[in-house]
Amino acid sequence: MSIDLPIIWAAIIAFAVLAYVVLDGFDLGVGILFPLFPHRHDRDVMTNSIAPVWDGNETWLVLGGGGLMAVFPLAYATVLPALYMPIILMLLGLIFRGVAFEFRWRSGPDSRLWDGGFWLGSSVAAMMQGIALGALVQGIKIENRSYAGGWWDWLTPFSILTGVAVVVGYALLGATWLNLKTTGELQHRARRMAMALGVALLVLIAVVSLWTPFINHLYFERWFGWPTAFFSAFVPLLVAMCAVALWHGLTQDKHLQPFLAALGLFVLSYAGLGISFYPYIVPGALTIEEAAAPDSSLIFLLVGAVVLIPIILAYTGYAYWVFRGKIDPEEGYH
Amino acid sequence: MTFLGLTAEMLARLQFAFTVSFHFLFPAFSIGTASFLAVLNGLWLWKRDEAYLKLFEYWKTIFAITFGMGVVSGIVMSYQFGTNWARFSDKAGAVIGPLMGYEVLTAFFLEAGFLGIALFGRKRVGDTMHMVAVVAVAVGTLISATWITSANSWMHTPAGFSIDAAGSFVPEDWWAIVFNPSFPYRMTHTVLAAFLTTAFAVGGVGAWHLLHNEENRQSRIMFSMAMWMAAIVTPIQIFVGDQHGLNTLEHQPAKIAAMEGHFETHENGAPLILFGIPDDEAEVTRYALEIPKLGSLILTHHLNGRVQGLKDWPRQDRPPALMPFITFRVMVGIGFLMLALGIWSLYARAKGSLYSNRALLRSALIMGPSGFVAVLAGWYTTEVGRQPYTIYGLLRTSDSLSPVSAPAVGTSLLAFIAVYFIVFGTGTFYLLKLMRRVPELTEDPELDRGPTRAAGTTPGPAQDDPMGGENVH
Ligand code: HDD
Ligand code: HEM
Ligand code: HEM
Repeated sequence: MSIDLPIIWAAIIAFAVLAYVVLDGFDLGVGILFPLFPHRHDRDVMTNSIAPVWDGNETWLVLGGGGLMAVFPLAYATVLPALYMPIILMLLGLIFRGVAFEFRWRSGPDSRLWDGGFWLGSSVAAMMQGIALGALVQGIKIENRSYAGGWWDWLTPFSILTGVAVVVGYALLGATWLNLKTTGELQHRARRMAMALGVALLVLIAVVSLWTPFINHLYFERWFGWPTAFFSAFVPLLVAMCAVALWHGLTQDKHLQPFLAALGLFVLSYAGLGISFYPYIVPGALTIEEAAAPDSSLIFLLVGAVVLIPIILAYTGYAYWVFRGKIDPEEGYH
Repeated sequence: MTFLGLTAEMLARLQFAFTVSFHFLFPAFSIGTASFLAVLNGLWLWKRDEAYLKLFEYWKTIFAITFGMGVVSGIVMSYQFGTNWARFSDKAGAVIGPLMGYEVLTAFFLEAGFLGIALFGRKRVGDTMHMVAVVAVAVGTLISATWITSANSWMHTPAGFSIDAAGSFVPEDWWAIVFNPSFPYRMTHTVLAAFLTTAFAVGGVGAWHLLHNEENRQSRIMFSMAMWMAAIVTPIQIFVGDQHGLNTLEHQPAKIAAMEGHFETHENGAPLILFGIPDDEAEVTRYALEIPKLGSLILTHHLNGRVQGLKDWPRQDRPPALMPFITFRVMVGIGFLMLALGIWSLYARAKGSLYSNRALLRSALIMGPSGFVAVLAGWYTTEVGRQPYTIYGLLRTSDSLSPVSAPAVGTSLLAFIAVYFIVFGTGTFYLLKLMRRVPELTEDPELDRGPTRAAGTTPGPAQDDPMGGENVH
């Protein structure tokens, strides 16, 4: 059997996007929760819990996007025009979110404005990512190697639903992250929020999962036809296990377990999507093989990816380890 | 369909020019500042002289803000190829994409992974590991500059590819692609430009503080370091720029003709047009102030060398002349002003009046932002001179566009303009505010906080922040 380069690359890109979703997911989630923590001191602790790592987290998005252009240029060139508005809005949201880390310390009395920008930027970015996902699941119109739809096609009830689901999901990741990194009253509030968000997310996952098979017969066959129906039974089971672990962790005052359980929910939902999509990269329109760049590009970048991604994971892990443990809320004050 | 009378193509070009110009202002400063910080931290560890630590902490905060703005504006760029230039991405993605992919893998992760430690981690990891992190960030910015200028250079001087049936570029020889003919020149010139931009910004800040207080040691050190850079690097940059121009003459003669304002071909010695107004319609450069033969001397290093004019190309293949003509003069003019300041500083240093010569200090202050103007002018020369192609001679700008309608591009352009001016305008204001601070620390700098707020574990708001105590204590 020869090595199937496009499939390997599809797996790498999928990994990059998943890494982005779970890592930046908790940062964006912390931003989404900002209005619920009105005290400046709490907000300082919250931003400090993500300040050293957010840039690295966001870089996975650049790898996902840049990697897509490199190895699946046709997918990049059709999906991005189709999702024009959500992508632009996401980028604008990420701008507000990214600068707020520095600006809120520099702005004196105006810092509430940047806190607002942090919240708005995080929420818009999350919502748009969810909408983009929903629009992609619904499929996009491609003719003659280019996008052939209009610039509002992405806006549908389904894409709004997935948008909300992602916002809620990120908020859950954020709340469980705060439960992990903070202490006292702040942690206590985060934990209570995580309970409500966990319930909301499970409901949303259920609605999206039940809706998806009816969008496109491809998905229907995938989920209800043999042999893949096996997974259809399996994935919900694992979701239920994560839900139990989440609930147990939150009620038993565990610090790490709820975060891991929330990550598990994301990984499973993501795997579910992967099952639906395969072998397409743009559902119904473009397969992984069709979209792939010439082998010379795939091999050239693969050499780097195979060597460098483990190294990146190692030093990223190191950076997380350096900033491990609870944030000391008093450190820095006299 | 048009939007405010502009076509989707024009709007997409404006959007790219607008967003990339903003983006590049930040790297132009952060590439140099990252290396400057590495040097300062090294000096502190080596000499254990507090002044260097104070300078490190001072510039660190400024760097953090610049870097943050560079990151968010850069992410916009990497998606813009798909949103606005989809056909370009479809055709050239297999070549440009892996170069940018390597940039992410070798540079962006390195910068981002160590940034947190470099900014907030000195106390947690100890001096040695902290130094490693600072150097990693600096090296990351340089690696990033290498890959992206390689990608950009390939668009000017494409090499190492074939074109398949669908009209897509297929990479054949990666070595030839990465080291395409204009890459070594463009990379060297751009990285030196970033160092000069930083040197003049640092020099301007140092000069400002010296004008208020001649004695402050930190101000003296930063001014002196900046002036050494100005004196040493500017001549190198001018030499490299000249070589770059010769390379361009070889590969993109139409661009040179536009930069020089030549419409007619000169078989027998071309003049150097110092000033004038190129008119593409009438195919003449009006009000030209010329020095006979000098143009040939500079470009061919012969008095009677042949220099092609724009009329040698059909109209639809020519770049517009006005913009490259003007921006090139702005860049070169600034280059020579930088040289003059560098030489003046050497003279003042020899006379022992480097920190007290007020005319010199005022000039350095005025020259503070000059690097930013020069780098933008340089890029405008380069990029507009490549028109009407995105991949020189092979893919036209009009064939690179996304199938997106003008209103969509126009709306997003307006949104970018509004957001960029608000966000980056405010950011610049904060930067200036930080630069106005006297380079002293009032707290124990080893604690990683003070006016540089720290994070990670230490939520210390700036001590000049009146809100800081709202619900503390
Ligand atoms: C010569 C240098 C240079 C040039 C011409 C460009 N950039 Fe840049 N870019 C950098 C030098 C740089 C940098 C020094 O590496 C930055 C600046 C601040 C930073 O965080 O990294 C950066 C940041 C940066 C980021 C964020 C990286 C992160 O997440 O950490 C992206 C995605 C891009 N850039 C992409 C681009 C694209 C698509 C460009 C072309 C159109 C471009 N840059 C031009
Ligand atoms: C940061 C420095 C850069 C600046 C200031 C800059 C500036 C510009 C400007 C002003 C234009 C518009 C030209 C016109 O429409 O007349 C342009 C176009 C473009 N540039 Fe650059 N550029 C930079 C870097 C890059 C890099 C690194 C790449 C690619 C890797 C690139 C790719 C393009 C593309 C695809 C276009 C669009 C097509 C066009 O309008 O020509 N640029 N750039
Ligand atoms: C005074 C002597 C200088 C000369 C003769 C010179 C020459 C050139 C030439 C010929 C180009 C266009 C290359 C092309 O695209 O074909 C260029 C581009 C550029 N210049 Fe200069 N330059 C000078 C000074 C400067 C200075 C002082 C700076 C900034 C501090 C600068 C920054 C740039 C940048 C950023 C570009 C665009 C990137 C590139 O193509 O390298 N230049 N320069």
